[in-house]
Amino acid sequence: MSGLLSEQLLSTIGRKSELRREIVTRRDIRKYAVATDNRQRKYLDGDEAPPMFHVALFWDVVELWQLTPDGVSIDGLLPKFPLEKAMAGGLKIEYHKPIYPGDWLTSMRTLTDIYEKQGRSGSLIFYEVVMDIVNDDGDLVILEKTTRILR
Amino acid sequence: MAGNLDRFAGLRVGEHIQGREYSPDNVQLMLYNAALWNAHRIHFDEPYAKKAEGYPGLVIAGPMLGDWLHQCVEEWLGEDGQIFSIDYSNRVATFVGATLSASGEITALRPDSREVEIDAYIKNQFGEIVTPGQILVRFADEG
Repeated sequence: MSGLLSEQLLSTIGRKSELRREIVTRRDIRKYAVATDNRQRKYLDGDEAPPMFHVALFWDVVELWQLTPDGVSIDGLLPKFPLEKAMAGGLKIEYHKPIYPGDWLTSMRTLTDIYEKQGRSGSLIFYEVVMDIVNDDGDLVILEKTTRILR
Repeated sequence: MAGNLDRFAGLRVGEHIQGREYSPDNVQLMLYNAALWNAHRIHFDEPYAKKAEGYPGLVIAGPMLGDWLHQCVEEWLGEDGQIFSIDYSNRVATFVGATLSASGEITALRPDSREVEIDAYIKNQFGEIVTPGQILVRFADEG
């Protein structure tokens, strides 16, 4: 059943990204809150970051030449998979500490799993990426696990 | 705060949480993807989304629907507690022009830890659940 996943592919499980350290600004919080049509004043004023603000804070900023023609940046953490059509994905997030303007946050992403399942119309590949976000004191702020399905 | 305790004690499994409706347009979608620095054409280049990808229109970014699940529960919660965790997935693609609504339902209460489990969902205008999620809320400790 695991015909799609080579030893070489599976050996990439455990691969980690470089650390990324970013500063939280009131302006970025406000942009995010406005764009998501949030109604809470503390977020619209940028006094505190709303949930999922970290998605914007740690979205990869790449140079134009690194974007594919359809405008996507290649995720260097991932190996080349034998299936490439992305299906629905899921996100699991734990919020351990609030985020305020002026906070410096550091993220690290780890490719934690790759596995295959049989779907109704053939094989599917699942992969999981965990992102740990810590503050400058080393306290865990957010733990996020992304699961993506390829067909 | 005694108010928190009273509110928690009054919660019931099965209680409905009504969120709001969203009708994201091109402008909101552009601002959202700009805030992320997401240049994926399916979110702003309509001819590309239709011709190259075969979509009926511009694709609403999946994480924005995840954000709305949080908004639904946070607006219900007010200052009485916080979302501790969420687990959600984008099951059905949605497109600019859609009317999406957020709502939820209490599925479990844990008085010892003052936690509430909520099933939250975004539905499209046909009543289909496009983004289901489970959210765990912790009510603040009493004074």
